[in-house]
Amino acid sequence: MQESTANKVAANATSSFTEHLQRDRPELLPFNRSGQGGATAAAPLQVPHATTIVAMSYNGGVLMAGDRRATMGNVIASRHIEKVFPADRYSVLGIAGTAGIAIDLTRLFQVELEHYEKIEGTLLSLEGKANRLGAMIRGNLPLALQGLAVVPLFAGFDTSAGVGRLFSYDVTGGRYEEHEHHTVGSGSVFARGALKKLWRPNLSAEEAVAVAIEALFDAADDDSATGGPDTVRRLWPVVYTVDNTGTRRVAEEQLAAASLSVIEARTIAGREA
Amino acid sequence: MTQQFYVSPEQLMKDRADFARKGIARGKSVVVISCEDGIALVAENPSPSLHKIGEIYDKIAFAAVGKYNEFESLRQAGVRYADVRGYSYDREDVTARGLASVYAQSLGAVFTAEQKPFEVELAVAEVGATQAEDHLYRLTFDGSIADEHSFVVMGGQADRVASAIDQGWQASLGFPDAVRLALNGLAPAPAPEAEETAKPVPARAIEVAVLDRHSEEVRGARRAFRRLNDADITALLA
Repeated sequence: MQESTANKVAANATSSFTEHLQRDRPELLPFNRSGQGGATAAAPLQVPHATTIVAMSYNGGVLMAGDRRATMGNVIASRHIEKVFPADRYSVLGIAGTAGIAIDLTRLFQVELEHYEKIEGTLLSLEGKANRLGAMIRGNLPLALQGLAVVPLFAGFDTSAGVGRLFSYDVTGGRYEEHEHHTVGSGSVFARGALKKLWRPNLSAEEAVAVAIEALFDAADDDSATGGPDTVRRLWPVVYTVDNTGTRRVAEEQLAAASLSVIEARTIAGREA
Repeated sequence: MTQQFYVSPEQLMKDRADFARKGIARGKSVVVISCEDGIALVAENPSPSLHKIGEIYDKIAFAAVGKYNEFESLRQAGVRYADVRGYSYDREDVTARGLASVYAQSLGAVFTAEQKPFEVELAVAEVGATQAEDHLYRLTFDGSIADEHSFVVMGGQADRVASAIDQGWQASLGFPDAVRLALNGLAPAPAPEAEETAKPVPARAIEVAVLDRHSEEVRGARRAFRRLNDADITALLA
């Protein structure tokens, strides 16, 4: 009798918010609101999709940037969407894929990390955070098979090793550590090509911001689902940096200046393709 | 088979309350003070890792005295309650009042239904934009809930500590003065034959955390809770 009580207490002791929801409030999990009998592969649901995210390491940290467009088929669903979020003090995540589910997953992931920190009194290790995110993406696999996939990119500062690190994922939750730089989303091929030429080791934080903006500019140039800098509405990509002092959102003025200088350089060059 | 003797409900409740009170009185005290800069939570606690003060949510903190396993399970339940509520509604829908009433119900249920009551006393503090919007709730082992102003003192020497703090409390205190006031209150009473005045508690034997009133403006952080380590405490009091 004594032992079974102890076992029950131990089994109930979880520091994971997701596990707690799974047990007590499964209907709140983004991947449990099942779309039974809804979409099939033949007729995918028309829902907003978030597009290109780029991430790269620089001297002393990592940076992540995302454009501001969400598309629904051939229609622009949003010009203002933000796809890069701080996950906690030392990590950020960017999302590509079905916007609604991705934003809910991000919220869940943010609460998951904060919940662990409050229950345990210490931060989760960077590897631990990356693994938790992988498990969440795997949880979303049934919806991904119906065409509602979410593909994140995760970047953080490893406080014990003192370096910034990057992780990419596939729809089954597979987790891969990336070096130097990586991109996800519909414009990722073009952004990746740009990064291969623009990125070099030991970029400063300012240079890395400029490189990210130029890579997104190239993605927007060739991918209709990626939005370029919008000088009419003054909308610039969302950029976050993470270093040993924590996550920081790059200021609008800096982004405006970097975006305008890319546009100016391209105008002067006057190339056609 | 043993015969069950009749015990009147009054006697039963009184026995349980006495039992819980005795357990709480053995423990050290905790002080929660609302002041100009926010809310300061100060506990006499020699352990650097087994906390009596904890973060619940953005603006809400928790302090407890009594049995560690009992208040720790309540703290974790509070964090779960707050996170589920904030996740399913919105972050600003998590309030100290809601949390305190859940605690009151749990403590009340344990007091009447379980083998033994919880030997704990809790405080739930929520920092507001102004001092008038601060909320301090005190919860006792039987599920009673009290809405307090300016400060809460719980634990073994509660009456003595409370009277010391009552004399020094002012609305205009900053964190350094509030923590100093709490430490003076917590200092053990001088033995009647001793000549010198009470010795203050050393920094490593206390646990201090604060809820910053202006955490967004000053630190850019939504979460107002900040735990102070030994060096922070020494610097604060210097």
